[in-house]
Amino acid sequence: MFEWIKQPWPWYVAGPLIGLIVPALLLLGNKPFGISSSLRHICAACMPSGIPFFRYNWKKEIWNLLFVLGIFFGGMIAAQFLTDPGPVKIAPQLAADLAKNGITDHSNLVPADLFSWRSLLTPRGALLMILGGFLVGFGTRYAGGCTSGHSIMGLSNLQWPSLVATICFMAGGFLAANLLLPWILSL
Amino acid sequence: MIKEDKMPLPKPVQDEFPEASVADAGTKERFPVRFLFAGVIFGIVFTKAEVISWFRILEMFRLQSFHMYGVIGSAVVVGILSLWLIKKFNIKTIDGQKIEVQPKQFSKGQIWGGLIFGLGWALTGACPGPLFAQIGTGATVIVITLLSAIAGTWVYGRVREKLPH
Repeated sequence: MFEWIKQPWPWYVAGPLIGLIVPALLLLGNKPFGISSSLRHICAACMPSGIPFFRYNWKKEIWNLLFVLGIFFGGMIAAQFLTDPGPVKIAPQLAADLAKNGITDHSNLVPADLFSWRSLLTPRGALLMILGGFLVGFGTRYAGGCTSGHSIMGLSNLQWPSLVATICFMAGGFLAANLLLPWILSL
Repeated sequence: MIKEDKMPLPKPVQDEFPEASVADAGTKERFPVRFLFAGVIFGIVFTKAEVISWFRILEMFRLQSFHMYGVIGSAVVVGILSLWLIKKFNIKTIDGQKIEVQPKQFSKGQIWGGLIFGLGWALTGACPGPLFAQIGTGATVIVITLLSAIAGTWVYGRVREKLPH
Protein backbone atom coordinates (compact mmCIF):
# COMPACT_ATOMS: atom_id res chain seq x y z
CA MET A 1 0.00 0.00 0.00
CA PHE A 2 2.71 2.46 1.00
CA GLU A 3 4.70 1.54 -2.08
CA TRP A 4 1.66 2.40 -4.18
CA ILE A 5 1.26 5.79 -2.48
CA LYS A 6 4.84 6.62 -3.36
CA GLN A 7 4.13 6.23 -7.08
CA PRO A 8 2.60 9.18 -9.00
CA TRP A 9 -1.16 8.96 -8.53
CA PRO A 10 -3.24 8.30 -11.66
CA TRP A 11 -5.78 10.89 -12.76
CA TYR A 12 -8.78 8.81 -11.68
CA VAL A 13 -7.51 8.85 -8.10
CA ALA A 14 -6.13 12.39 -7.94
CA GLY A 15 -8.96 14.10 -9.84
CA PRO A 16 -11.81 12.94 -7.56
CA LEU A 17 -9.71 13.79 -4.48
CA ILE A 18 -9.21 17.33 -5.82
CA GLY A 19 -12.96 17.51 -6.52
CA LEU A 20 -13.67 16.61 -2.88
CA ILE A 21 -11.92 19.77 -1.71
CA VAL A 22 -15.05 21.66 -2.92
CA PRO A 23 -17.47 20.07 -0.41
CA ALA A 24 -14.70 19.84 2.21
CA LEU A 25 -14.19 23.62 2.35
CA LEU A 26 -17.94 24.24 2.29
CA LEU A 27 -18.54 21.81 5.15
CA LEU A 28 -15.58 23.13 7.15
CA GLY A 29 -16.86 26.70 7.09
CA ASN A 30 -18.79 27.76 3.99
CA LYS A 31 -15.64 28.63 2.06
CA PRO A 32 -15.62 28.69 -1.73
CA PHE A 33 -12.59 26.88 -3.11
CA GLY A 34 -10.21 29.44 -4.56
CA ILE A 35 -6.51 30.03 -4.26
CA SER A 36 -5.52 33.09 -6.27
CA SER A 37 -7.40 35.32 -3.79
CA SER A 38 -4.58 34.60 -1.36
CA LEU A 39 -2.33 36.79 -3.53
CA ARG A 40 -4.80 39.65 -3.15
CA HIS A 41 -4.93 39.16 0.63
CA ILE A 42 -1.13 39.30 0.77
CA CYS A 43 -1.26 42.63 -1.11
CA ALA A 44 -4.00 43.90 1.20
CA ALA A 45 -2.00 42.87 4.28
CA CYS A 46 1.47 44.00 3.21
CA MET A 47 1.14 46.89 0.76
CA PRO A 48 -2.42 48.17 0.29
CA SER A 49 -0.94 51.57 -0.68
CA GLY A 50 -4.35 53.22 -0.47
CA ILE A 51 -5.61 51.27 -3.51
CA PRO A 52 -9.36 50.72 -3.12
CA PHE A 53 -9.08 47.14 -4.40
CA PHE A 54 -6.92 46.29 -1.39
CA ARG A 55 -8.95 48.16 1.22
CA TYR A 56 -10.91 45.47 2.95
CA ASN A 57 -10.64 43.48 6.11
CA TRP A 58 -8.20 40.82 4.93
CA LYS A 59 -8.09 39.34 8.44
CA LYS A 60 -11.53 37.90 7.75
CA GLU A 61 -9.94 35.91 4.94
CA ILE A 62 -7.16 34.50 7.08
CA TRP A 63 -8.47 30.98 6.38
CA ASN A 64 -7.33 31.37 2.77
CA LEU A 65 -3.77 32.25 3.83
CA LEU A 66 -3.70 29.27 6.22
CA PHE A 67 -4.96 27.08 3.39
CA VAL A 68 -2.11 28.06 1.04
CA LEU A 69 0.40 27.71 3.88
CA GLY A 70 -0.94 24.19 4.26
CA ILE A 71 -0.45 23.55 0.53
CA PHE A 72 3.21 24.56 0.99
CA PHE A 73 3.61 22.05 3.84
CA GLY A 74 1.72 19.42 1.83
CA GLY A 75 4.18 19.79 -1.03
CA MET A 76 7.01 19.42 1.45
CA ILE A 77 5.56 16.27 3.06
CA ALA A 78 4.82 14.68 -0.31
CA ALA A 79 8.32 15.35 -1.63
CA GLN A 80 10.11 14.28 1.55
CA PHE A 81 8.19 11.20 2.59
CA LEU A 82 5.78 10.10 -0.12
CA THR A 83 7.85 10.07 -3.28
CA ASP A 84 10.25 7.52 -4.67
CA PRO A 85 13.45 9.05 -5.94
CA GLY A 86 13.87 8.72 -9.66
CA PRO A 87 13.03 10.58 -12.83
CA VAL A 88 9.57 11.98 -13.53
CA LYS A 89 7.79 10.11 -16.32
CA ILE A 90 7.30 12.33 -19.33
CA ALA A 91 5.55 11.83 -22.67
CA PRO A 92 8.28 10.63 -25.10
CA GLN A 93 7.40 13.31 -27.65
CA LEU A 94 7.79 16.05 -25.04
CA ALA A 95 11.08 14.61 -23.79
CA ALA A 96 12.42 14.62 -27.36
CA ASP A 97 11.26 18.22 -27.96
CA LEU A 98 12.80 19.46 -24.72
CA ALA A 99 16.08 17.65 -25.31
CA LYS A 100 16.58 19.82 -28.40
CA ASN A 101 16.81 22.80 -26.07
CA GLY A 102 19.08 21.09 -23.58
CA ILE A 103 16.37 20.28 -21.03
CA THR A 104 17.26 16.74 -20.04
CA ASP A 105 17.06 16.80 -16.23
CA HIS A 106 13.80 15.00 -15.38
CA SER A 107 14.57 14.40 -11.71
CA ASN A 108 12.09 16.99 -10.37
CA LEU A 109 8.53 18.07 -11.13
CA VAL A 110 10.04 21.53 -11.59
CA PRO A 111 12.79 21.14 -14.23
CA ALA A 112 16.08 22.26 -12.72
CA ASP A 113 17.45 23.17 -16.16
CA LEU A 114 14.95 26.03 -16.33
CA PHE A 115 13.88 26.87 -12.79
CA SER A 116 16.92 27.39 -10.61
CA TRP A 117 18.60 30.33 -8.89
CA ARG A 118 21.35 30.20 -11.50
CA SER A 119 18.96 30.29 -14.46
CA LEU A 120 17.03 33.20 -12.92
CA LEU A 121 19.58 35.55 -14.45
CA THR A 122 19.40 34.00 -17.93
CA PRO A 123 16.90 35.39 -20.48
CA ARG A 124 14.79 32.23 -20.57
CA GLY A 125 14.80 31.75 -16.81
CA ALA A 126 13.80 35.36 -16.21
CA LEU A 127 11.01 35.18 -18.82
CA LEU A 128 9.61 31.94 -17.42
CA MET A 129 9.77 32.84 -13.74
CA ILE A 130 9.46 36.63 -13.54
CA LEU A 131 7.25 37.33 -16.56
CA GLY A 132 5.34 34.06 -16.12
CA GLY A 133 4.65 34.76 -12.46
CA PHE A 134 3.52 38.30 -13.21
CA LEU A 135 1.06 37.07 -15.85
CA VAL A 136 -0.32 34.49 -13.41
CA GLY A 137 -0.91 37.10 -10.69
CA PHE A 138 -2.31 39.78 -13.01
CA GLY A 139 -4.42 37.43 -15.11
CA THR A 140 -6.03 35.48 -12.28
CA ARG A 141 -7.12 38.63 -10.51
CA TYR A 142 -8.39 40.23 -13.72
CA ALA A 143 -10.32 37.02 -14.46
CA GLY A 144 -11.61 36.91 -10.86
CA GLY A 145 -10.19 33.46 -10.19
CA CYS A 146 -7.81 30.76 -11.27
CA THR A 147 -8.05 27.09 -12.10
CA SER A 148 -9.42 26.33 -8.65
CA GLY A 149 -11.87 29.23 -8.35
CA HIS A 150 -13.24 29.05 -11.89
CA SER A 151 -12.37 25.68 -13.43
CA ILE A 152 -13.09 23.55 -10.37
CA MET A 153 -15.36 25.60 -8.06
CA GLY A 154 -17.16 27.63 -10.72
CA LEU A 155 -17.76 24.72 -13.09
CA SER A 156 -18.88 22.54 -10.17
CA ASN A 157 -21.52 25.17 -9.48
CA LEU A 158 -22.45 25.26 -13.19
CA GLN A 159 -21.49 28.90 -13.62
CA TRP A 160 -21.21 29.87 -17.29
CA PRO A 161 -18.82 32.80 -16.65
CA SER A 162 -16.42 30.22 -15.20
CA LEU A 163 -16.72 28.20 -18.40
CA VAL A 164 -15.78 31.31 -20.40
CA ALA A 165 -12.81 31.84 -18.08
CA THR A 166 -11.71 28.20 -18.37
CA ILE A 167 -11.86 28.28 -22.17
CA CYS A 168 -9.72 31.44 -22.13
CA PHE A 169 -7.22 29.87 -19.69
CA MET A 170 -6.83 26.98 -22.10
CA ALA A 171 -6.59 29.24 -25.16
CA GLY A 172 -3.83 31.30 -23.52
CA GLY A 173 -2.05 28.14 -22.46
CA PHE A 174 -2.16 26.62 -25.94
CA LEU A 175 -0.80 29.85 -27.42
CA ALA A 176 2.04 30.09 -24.94
CA ALA A 177 2.98 26.40 -24.96
CA ASN A 178 3.03 26.03 -28.75
CA LEU A 179 4.07 29.45 -30.07
CA LEU A 180 5.74 31.43 -27.29
CA LEU A 181 7.55 28.70 -25.38
CA PRO A 182 9.55 27.23 -28.29
CA TRP A 183 11.01 30.71 -28.82
CA ILE A 184 11.74 31.29 -25.11
CA LEU A 185 13.39 27.88 -24.73
CA SER A 186 15.65 28.59 -27.70
CA LEU A 187 17.07 31.73 -26.06
CA MET B 1 -17.39 38.77 3.52
CA ILE B 2 -15.49 41.96 2.85
CA LYS B 3 -16.30 45.23 4.48
CA GLU B 4 -15.20 48.40 2.78
CA ASP B 5 -14.51 50.72 5.68
CA LYS B 6 -14.61 54.15 4.10
CA MET B 7 -14.14 53.99 0.38
CA PRO B 8 -16.39 51.63 -1.52
CA LEU B 9 -15.18 50.28 -4.84
CA PRO B 10 -15.81 52.83 -7.59
CA LYS B 11 -18.31 50.60 -9.35
CA PRO B 12 -19.61 47.11 -8.85
CA VAL B 13 -17.18 45.32 -11.14
CA GLN B 14 -16.62 41.59 -10.97
CA ASP B 15 -15.31 40.64 -7.58
CA GLU B 16 -15.17 37.13 -6.29
CA PHE B 17 -15.86 38.38 -2.80
CA PRO B 18 -19.46 39.16 -2.06
CA GLU B 19 -20.01 42.36 -0.12
CA ALA B 20 -21.70 40.56 2.70
CA SER B 21 -22.40 36.96 3.35
CA VAL B 22 -24.92 35.23 5.53
CA ALA B 23 -22.19 32.89 6.65
CA ASP B 24 -20.13 35.66 8.21
CA ALA B 25 -22.90 37.69 9.72
CA GLY B 26 -21.78 38.37 13.25
CA THR B 27 -19.95 35.10 13.72
CA LYS B 28 -16.28 34.96 14.44
CA GLU B 29 -14.63 31.98 12.92
CA ARG B 30 -13.39 29.42 15.38
CA PHE B 31 -10.44 27.15 14.78
CA PRO B 32 -9.28 28.52 11.43
CA VAL B 33 -6.40 26.06 11.78
CA ARG B 34 -8.73 23.47 10.22
CA PHE B 35 -8.03 25.13 6.89
CA LEU B 36 -4.32 24.65 7.42
CA PHE B 37 -4.91 20.89 7.66
CA ALA B 38 -7.18 20.95 4.61
CA GLY B 39 -4.36 22.72 2.78
CA VAL B 40 -1.80 20.12 3.83
CA ILE B 41 -3.95 17.29 2.45
CA PHE B 42 -4.62 19.23 -0.70
CA GLY B 43 -0.92 20.03 -1.14
CA ILE B 44 -0.07 16.34 -0.88
CA VAL B 45 -2.72 15.46 -3.48
CA PHE B 46 -1.49 18.25 -5.78
CA THR B 47 2.05 16.98 -5.59
CA LYS B 48 1.26 13.27 -5.93
CA ALA B 49 -1.06 13.99 -8.86
CA GLU B 50 1.85 15.84 -10.50
CA VAL B 51 -0.43 18.75 -11.36
CA ILE B 52 2.37 20.96 -10.00
CA SER B 53 4.71 19.53 -12.65
CA TRP B 54 5.86 21.90 -15.38
CA PHE B 55 6.13 18.84 -17.64
CA ARG B 56 2.52 17.78 -17.03
CA ILE B 57 1.19 21.25 -17.82
CA LEU B 58 3.18 21.37 -21.04
CA GLU B 59 1.96 17.87 -22.02
CA MET B 60 -1.59 19.14 -21.54
CA PHE B 61 -1.14 22.21 -23.72
CA ARG B 62 0.63 20.18 -26.39
CA LEU B 63 -1.98 17.39 -26.31
CA GLN B 64 0.69 14.84 -25.47
CA SER B 65 -0.98 13.32 -22.43
CA PHE B 66 -4.50 12.79 -21.12
CA HIS B 67 -3.45 13.08 -17.46
CA MET B 68 -4.39 16.73 -16.75
CA TYR B 69 -7.67 16.47 -18.69
CA GLY B 70 -8.55 13.42 -16.62
CA VAL B 71 -7.66 15.17 -13.36
CA ILE B 72 -9.61 18.37 -14.06
CA GLY B 73 -12.53 16.55 -15.67
CA SER B 74 -13.01 14.04 -12.86
CA ALA B 75 -12.53 16.78 -10.24
CA VAL B 76 -15.35 18.80 -11.83
CA VAL B 77 -17.65 15.75 -11.99
CA VAL B 78 -17.06 15.06 -8.28
CA GLY B 79 -17.54 18.78 -7.52
CA ILE B 80 -20.86 18.90 -9.42
CA LEU B 81 -22.14 15.77 -7.65
CA SER B 82 -21.04 17.10 -4.24
CA LEU B 83 -22.78 20.45 -4.68
CA TRP B 84 -25.90 18.71 -5.98
CA LEU B 85 -25.98 16.46 -2.90
CA ILE B 86 -25.38 19.42 -0.56
CA LYS B 87 -28.30 21.33 -2.12
CA LYS B 88 -30.62 18.32 -2.38
CA PHE B 89 -30.20 17.24 1.23
CA ASN B 90 -29.69 20.76 2.54
CA ILE B 91 -26.47 19.71 4.25
CA LYS B 92 -25.11 22.20 6.81
CA THR B 93 -21.55 23.13 7.72
CA ILE B 94 -20.00 21.43 10.74
CA ASP B 95 -20.91 24.58 12.71
CA GLY B 96 -24.54 24.15 11.61
CA GLN B 97 -24.68 27.00 9.10
CA LYS B 98 -26.55 26.87 5.83
CA ILE B 99 -24.17 26.34 2.92
CA GLU B 100 -24.26 29.22 0.45
CA VAL B 101 -22.36 29.42 -2.81
CA GLN B 102 -22.22 32.81 -4.50
CA PRO B 103 -22.83 32.84 -8.25
CA LYS B 104 -20.07 34.17 -10.52
CA GLN B 105 -20.84 37.34 -12.45
CA PHE B 106 -19.67 37.73 -15.99
CA SER B 107 -17.17 40.41 -16.87
CA LYS B 108 -14.83 40.92 -19.81
CA GLY B 109 -12.08 40.22 -17.30
CA GLN B 110 -12.79 36.54 -17.61
CA ILE B 111 -11.81 36.77 -21.28
CA TRP B 112 -8.79 39.11 -21.12
CA GLY B 113 -7.62 38.06 -17.69
CA GLY B 114 -8.25 34.43 -18.59
CA LEU B 115 -6.03 34.67 -21.66
CA ILE B 116 -3.30 36.45 -19.69
CA PHE B 117 -3.39 33.85 -16.92
CA GLY B 118 -3.33 31.06 -19.53
CA LEU B 119 -0.09 32.44 -20.97
CA GLY B 120 1.44 32.55 -17.50
CA TRP B 121 0.16 29.07 -16.62
CA ALA B 122 2.00 27.53 -19.59
CA LEU B 123 5.22 29.48 -18.90
CA THR B 124 5.46 28.81 -15.16
CA GLY B 125 3.80 25.39 -15.31
CA ALA B 126 1.79 26.41 -12.28
CA CYS B 127 -1.41 28.07 -11.29
CA PRO B 128 -1.38 29.86 -7.94
CA GLY B 129 -2.00 26.75 -5.79
CA PRO B 130 0.83 24.69 -7.27
CA LEU B 131 3.23 27.61 -6.80
CA PHE B 132 3.01 27.11 -3.04
CA ALA B 133 3.40 23.34 -3.39
CA GLN B 134 6.37 23.70 -5.75
CA ILE B 135 8.20 25.79 -3.17
CA GLY B 136 7.38 23.13 -0.59
CA THR B 137 8.94 20.39 -2.71
CA GLY B 138 12.24 22.26 -2.47
CA ALA B 139 12.21 24.39 -5.62
CA THR B 140 13.07 27.49 -3.58
CA VAL B 141 13.55 29.74 -6.62
CA ILE B 142 9.78 29.58 -7.19
CA VAL B 143 9.58 32.13 -4.34
CA ILE B 144 10.59 34.59 -7.07
CA THR B 145 7.72 33.43 -9.31
CA LEU B 146 5.36 33.82 -6.33
CA LEU B 147 6.62 37.33 -5.54
CA SER B 148 6.19 38.21 -9.19
CA ALA B 149 2.62 36.87 -9.10
CA ILE B 150 1.92 39.01 -6.01
CA ALA B 151 3.35 41.98 -7.90
CA GLY B 152 1.06 41.15 -10.84
CA THR B 153 -1.96 41.11 -8.54
CA TRP B 154 -0.89 44.44 -7.03
CA VAL B 155 -0.47 46.05 -10.46
CA TYR B 156 -3.92 44.77 -11.44
CA GLY B 157 -5.37 46.40 -8.32
CA ARG B 158 -3.58 49.60 -9.26
CA VAL B 159 -4.80 49.82 -12.87
CA ARG B 160 -8.10 47.97 -12.71
CA GLU B 161 -10.28 51.06 -13.21
CA LYS B 162 -8.63 51.65 -16.58
CA LEU B 163 -9.22 48.09 -17.79
CA PRO B 164 -12.33 46.89 -19.62
CA HIS B 165 -14.60 44.86 -17.35
